[in-house]
Amino acid sequence: MLYGAYEYRKLTTSPAPFGEGAGGGAIEQRTANGEQRMTNNENIITVRNLVKKFGHFVANDHLNFEVRKGEIFGFLGANGAGKTTTIRILCGLSYPTSGEVNVAGLDIYRQRNLVKRNIGYMSQRFSLYDDLTVYENIRFYAGIYGLGRKEIVTKAEVLMNRLGLEAARDKLIRDLPQGWKQKLAFSVAIIHDPKIVFLDEPTGGVDPITRRQFWNLIFEAAREGITIFVTTHYMDEAEYCDRVTIMVDGKISALDTPSELKKTYAAANMNEVFLKLARTAINEE
Amino acid sequence: MNTILFIIQKEFIQVFRNRMMMPIIFVVPIVQLIILVHAATFEMKNIKVSVIDLDMSSSSRKMVSKFQGSPFFLVKHTSFSEKEAQTEMKKGNVDLILQIPYGFERRLVKENTAKVQVVVNAINGASAGLINAYTTMIILDFNRELLIDWLTPGMLAATQNITISTSYWYNPKLNYKTYMVPGILCLLVTIISFLLSGMNIVREKEIGTIEQINVTPIRKVEFITGKLMPFWIIALFELAFGLLIGKLLFSIPIIGSLWLIFLSAGVYIFVILGFGLLISTMTNTQQQSMLVSFFFMVIFILMSGLFTSIESMPVWAQNLDRINPIAYFIRIMRMVMLKGSDFHDIRESFYSLVVYAVAIISFAVWRYRKVT
Repeated sequence: MLYGAYEYRKLTTSPAPFGEGAGGGAIEQRTANGEQRMTNNENIITVRNLVKKFGHFVANDHLNFEVRKGEIFGFLGANGAGKTTTIRILCGLSYPTSGEVNVAGLDIYRQRNLVKRNIGYMSQRFSLYDDLTVYENIRFYAGIYGLGRKEIVTKAEVLMNRLGLEAARDKLIRDLPQGWKQKLAFSVAIIHDPKIVFLDEPTGGVDPITRRQFWNLIFEAAREGITIFVTTHYMDEAEYCDRVTIMVDGKISALDTPSELKKTYAAANMNEVFLKLARTAINEE
Repeated sequence: MNTILFIIQKEFIQVFRNRMMMPIIFVVPIVQLIILVHAATFEMKNIKVSVIDLDMSSSSRKMVSKFQGSPFFLVKHTSFSEKEAQTEMKKGNVDLILQIPYGFERRLVKENTAKVQVVVNAINGASAGLINAYTTMIILDFNRELLIDWLTPGMLAATQNITISTSYWYNPKLNYKTYMVPGILCLLVTIISFLLSGMNIVREKEIGTIEQINVTPIRKVEFITGKLMPFWIIALFELAFGLLIGKLLFSIPIIGSLWLIFLSAGVYIFVILGFGLLISTMTNTQQQSMLVSFFFMVIFILMSGLFTSIESMPVWAQNLDRINPIAYFIRIMRMVMLKGSDFHDIRESFYSLVVYAVAIISFAVWRYRKVT
């Protein structure tokens, strides 16, 4: 009941950028407003011939792509297509077998720790501590990113305010509804103002309303200039992205804006595009 | 440095928010000390005896009554049948059969020598040895009394030219508790630090938060230090608490320096935490970590010299004990607490622990991977 109240406040007081109510309206508005953001042609991630093998299994097969500064970059693919492997390499959690990877102007092999200062990461697995309160989680992650005590206090206030979580400040994470946990996890992942944030299936297992609210947070972060790299298998979310990559069996089989992709594959929506591409994979087998 | 403080703060919050922690920290030591110290004793009391007195003479009765009067023996069964006594032994009702043959007194008077048969249940070799020693003592005592009765004073003096007077050092009353308490304290500190540290990092792996930590620029050493410090502090507190209970409940002597005890414990706990950390880098679930920790702990504890003395182990086992941290620590604790040994006396064990701590923590830190 309590959290219902927070949600209500959130919906009424915070300036929701793309109307909470009407479903499809948000997409058009967003793409229409796209130029408001600082999307330019400067590349913030460059990947050249990236290969990752686990024994004989090739999870990433010669990937080549760039992510532009400030864009929302969608990384799509069926389960097991190799999305998580790529994201783990970009975050410095996993060594590539071969290839060049440059993140935020830094080499992933030699400047791993500098890369980590410049990125945020939110995994599909839940990343907050269940037995810590909202504030304690914020303080801990901000602390290990090297923020000072005073800075943490102000940042935490702003963050909780934005999420409408002030009253839940001293509640344990395990007592929060799933949607709130995910929104908080995202906000914690960007607490140190990274240049890029990697989101690995951030909206898995939440209801459509919470997903929409979550995407509002993503847009907000994008407007503040953070580049978003997001994997998902919800095709409606793919429509929110500036550009989309579709991975099939460890290879990139398409990379373009959602509207171009739909045109190329003569599809009415991203779902059809995805199915057409995924079908080619099945035919090849 | 600041980063470490944030981790320590978080660990302490988590430890004390866990409802099981307070009982573990405060109840376990009390229960362990009370139960183990009283139960794990080699002192034998009330050894159950079956007596077969076939002689039924005044001498044989005198001998039986000496057994009855001893605090070590309890005559549970008397019969005239060897078979019956053996059945009792098989059932586990008695551990010693004393058989006095027919004609015992007559031979004693006529030939100055007589035989009795003693059968000991020797399933547990160590306690069989003790039963035998106690029995021999009683029979010797009986013998001496016979001499006093039968011989003239002059002859008695001639037979007792050499007397042995024994004084027991460091534990003059041969109080078993005094011997056990330092060992049990070592055990306590070990179990707390081993299990808690081993499970802690694995738990982060299990719930997935380790990934979130690994994407931060935090250094391995910072993370591990922050992780281990809280358990180091808790384990030292545990030792202090255990010592206090030992003092209050068992009035065990603490002859040596408390500083030396805590200095050694501080180093020792690092060894154990290092072990726990190493195990947690090699396992993926808390269950695996528990099992592996248990495997090592049981071997280390049984070989630590807590219950059986290391000196009586075979040479290969003694050599194996060089890698047993518990053995070093129990030795130090007993020496400092009971003998009042100073740093010079324990330096060998102490330096071994220092080397051990550095080696195992470096190995564990090296094994801990932020990137796979």
